[in-house]
Amino acid sequence: MLFKEILYLIQKDLVLEWRQKYAFNGMLLYVGSVVFVCYLSFGLRSNVLVVPVWNAVLWIILLFTSVNAIAKSFMQENRGRLLYFYSIVSPQGVILAKIVYNTLLMLVLALMCFLFYALVLGNPVQDVPMFLLSLLLGAIGFSTSLTMISGIASKAANSSTLMAVLSFPVIVPMLLMLIKMSKNALDGLDRSLSLDELLTLLAINMIVVTVSYILFPYLWRS
Amino acid sequence: MKKNWWKILAVLLLVFTVVAGMLSEVPRLAILNETIRNLYFHVPMWFGMILILLISFAYSIKYLKKPTIKNDIIAAEAAKVGILFGVLGIITGMEWARFTWGEYWSSDPKQNASAIGLLIYFAYLVLRSSFNEQQQRARISAVYNIFAFAALIPLLFILPRMTDSLHPGNGGNPGFNTYDMDSSLRMVFYPAVLGWTLLGVWIVNVKSRLELLRQRLYETV
Repeated sequence: MLFKEILYLIQKDLVLEWRQKYAFNGMLLYVGSVVFVCYLSFGLRSNVLVVPVWNAVLWIILLFTSVNAIAKSFMQENRGRLLYFYSIVSPQGVILAKIVYNTLLMLVLALMCFLFYALVLGNPVQDVPMFLLSLLLGAIGFSTSLTMISGIASKAANSSTLMAVLSFPVIVPMLLMLIKMSKNALDGLDRSLSLDELLTLLAINMIVVTVSYILFPYLWRS
Repeated sequence: MKKNWWKILAVLLLVFTVVAGMLSEVPRLAILNETIRNLYFHVPMWFGMILILLISFAYSIKYLKKPTIKNDIIAAEAAKVGILFGVLGIITGMEWARFTWGEYWSSDPKQNASAIGLLIYFAYLVLRSSFNEQQQRARISAVYNIFAFAALIPLLFILPRMTDSLHPGNGGNPGFNTYDMDSSLRMVFYPAVLGWTLLGVWIVNVKSRLELLRQRLYETV
């Protein structure tokens, strides 16, 4: 029952996104122009961009992209539609569907960002599958924690400022793990070295999803 | 009088902590020297902060189960006092770090983690102030408080242990190691923890009673 609900809601989000492409295209353009701005600002002296900086800049771009992309997941729903959902589906279904949908969205955006970034600024990654795995974990991690935060922020008055203020501290531990893990992949270190980070990330994701699952009904009631 | 015994205990313990902490015999160690007395002030701040934030967390859950103004006010005031303890903990820690590690802020994982933890709770205060309606503010900030506490636990207790740090209690050890503490230190340390925590609970108690009265006054006016 819950599973079916989630599938329907994801389908609804996908169709909605497909019909109004401007939002998605806007995000793609955002990623593209940010990467290009980075390229231009580093391009003056190309030897400045050492591997740790390459890595950090990529993750910062991804962080800002995800905050912008996920912030609208609850703000774009108008009151009438929310009221309609309230009468037909369970809140758990809504939050899980949003998390899955945002993960998909973030995955696409992160891959596009990585491709464009590697194309423009060079690709020093030595262990590409591991790096892609860290991108996948990053997409899941960002979408799980930011979906709940965007639900909280959308209730408040100045939601876009609040979104950044609320999300950055919560997401920092995840970001540090991700940067460390992708740094290992960049240097082509042995994969067993990243196992610690991988497990911690999965554990943090589990905690966040569980807490969102429990808390979202209370948030939604208002 | 019977209900207030713990307040008297708090005062006595704190007087004991300050007097004994400044005057008692401490082990003479290189680098640490006399700064080891900061153990009685810096470490209890973190114990107190975690405990008081736990109170705030518990009252937020209680609010979601049973929405009363009292639960909301206690959760908010406890979060504020937790922040106060956290700030004091950071300041005493920085002072200690200046004399033992050489810098006020040496980008140590524990320092960074506690700074982020404080940012989370500052965001809680900002969130609270951005609602006008009391019930909505109470519910949504309770939701964020629970969410933030769940995010704070891995931040303070798991992540710093996975990285190298100058701070004691890393690389798999518990936060402070009971085995390498001198017994004369322990004589003052445990009363200090208890005393500071009781003081924090006392502040929460007074502040939330005051806030409740203020709310009641506004309602009748």
